Amino acid sequence: MAKSSVALKPRGLGKTSRTDAWWATPLATFIVLSTFLVYATWAAFQNADYWYGNYLSPFYSPEVLGQSPHRLFGPKPEWWPGWLPFSPALLILPFPALFRFTCYYYRGAYYKAFWADPPACAVSEPRKGYTGEHGFPLIMQNIHRYFLYAAIIFILFLLHDAWKGFWFAEEGIGGYSPKGLHPFPDVPVRFGIGVGSLILLTNVVLLGLYTFSCHSFRHLVGGRRKLLSAKPMSLRCYTCVSGLNKKHMLFAWCSLFSVMIADLYVRLCAAGVIRDFRFF
Amino acid sequence: MGKATFQIWRGDATNGRFEEYTTDVGDGMVVLDAVHLIQAEQAPDLAVRWNCKAGKCGSCSAEVNGKPRLMCMTRLDDLDLTRPVRIEPMKAFPLVRDLVTDVSWNYAAKKKIKPFKPRKPDAADGTWRMLQEDIDRPQEFRKCIECFLCQNVCHVLREHEKFDEFIGPRLFVYSAALEMHPLDVENRLSDLKKQDGIGYCNITKCCTVVCPEHITITDNAIIPLKERVVDAFYDPIARLFRFARSE
Repeated sequence: MAKSSVALKPRGLGKTSRTDAWWATPLATFIVLSTFLVYATWAAFQNADYWYGNYLSPFYSPEVLGQSPHRLFGPKPEWWPGWLPFSPALLILPFPALFRFTCYYYRGAYYKAFWADPPACAVSEPRKGYTGEHGFPLIMQNIHRYFLYAAIIFILFLLHDAWKGFWFAEEGIGGYSPKGLHPFPDVPVRFGIGVGSLILLTNVVLLGLYTFSCHSFRHLVGGRRKLLSAKPMSLRCYTCVSGLNKKHMLFAWCSLFSVMIADLYVRLCAAGVIRDFRFF
Repeated sequence: MGKATFQIWRGDATNGRFEEYTTDVGDGMVVLDAVHLIQAEQAPDLAVRWNCKAGKCGSCSAEVNGKPRLMCMTRLDDLDLTRPVRIEPMKAFPLVRDLVTDVSWNYAAKKKIKPFKPRKPDAADGTWRMLQEDIDRPQEFRKCIECFLCQNVCHVLREHEKFDEFIGPRLFVYSAALEMHPLDVENRLSDLKKQDGIGYCNITKCCTVVCPEHITITDNAIIPLKERVVDAFYDPIARLFRFARSE
């Protein structure tokens, strides 16, 4: 195929005829995602101030091994190598992190913001070679659905955390859960609502909307079928997920902020910087 | 509205430059109106392709202030007329002259896609039965007017010129319309992966942004096709299930 006119197609990073602020969206994406990455990495390595009574930071949930009463199995094992940093968050964060990393929406966003591939629509790129997701390593993005499965399991744990966030110990901080849901079932608890309860609930709702509006989920519940009418339940699920999928970008950003805010709130409460306001 | 200045690309594949034209503009005018006025009053040899002037033929694709658009659907009152308006031909395709490009590659690439292959007729009279919920998905893709703005903005074609390995968003929409058609029984997944290069798409959604028919190209056509390719080639559990079923 003949090439188009060279004079019309200037090469090089950011070369374009566009006169609008095409750089604003990728720049905002770069700033927000970088801030999140720095904050999440810092928070994950802290291994402290990640729970406050009945509240558990979403970065540390599920706490498989750890020091808080929220842990599922026990404390840090003695055989853990001294040279290897330990934090309950480091054991579980790779799964939600890779779910977001391989997400169809985020892929498009960070290819623009971090790789300039392209920097924006109809804006020239800095490099000539290109394999996209056709070759290694980006061909690995195709396993997104496996991280979706993990994310769905995490939503169940976060739902449990949100539920626990509404049960407060009668005396100060210490117990948090009705019988049967907690390793300290003898601690008397009562139902209540604090700011933290609402933050954790909002967080799991937004994370749930983000997870269940996923393109892979849409495919798995019905999109893969040629004849949707043959499976009425599948058709209903597909229609519902397709409706959510239209707002996938919105849910992606809102849930990113909510998970960061939830961790920050629990952390500030645990560190004694702020007090959790209780409505009742 | 007064007068406005337009910088229009004049030239062919070997040589060219932007020329400035100042002309009267009025309420309700679109870019194509201004180009026609310039053609009538100042540059009778200006080459521009157009037909319906209603956003339905897909002929007047160009780049207005750097954005791929249909000239007939770009209103002047949406543009900043205090500065010259730059009008260029589509940059992904070979230039014929001025604002006209050669888009024939798209038609040649389309011929490589396996055509519609219906299942056996449902009735003795040779007809089929379809339900609306099955035809809803491909129906969106039928809105395509083949303006090729999506092909033009796609950086895999525009910037990396992978014309031999990648068919581009328009033809993925066409493939999706066939793949999701309730009567079609052809399998195009191997072609989509290898010959059509769907893996080159990195989901920038630029094709969706520029589509004048508002087809949700990335979310409703390309990503579902990518997921079907994952089913067939990259998902070991799905392969295991298929293997178990075939045993």
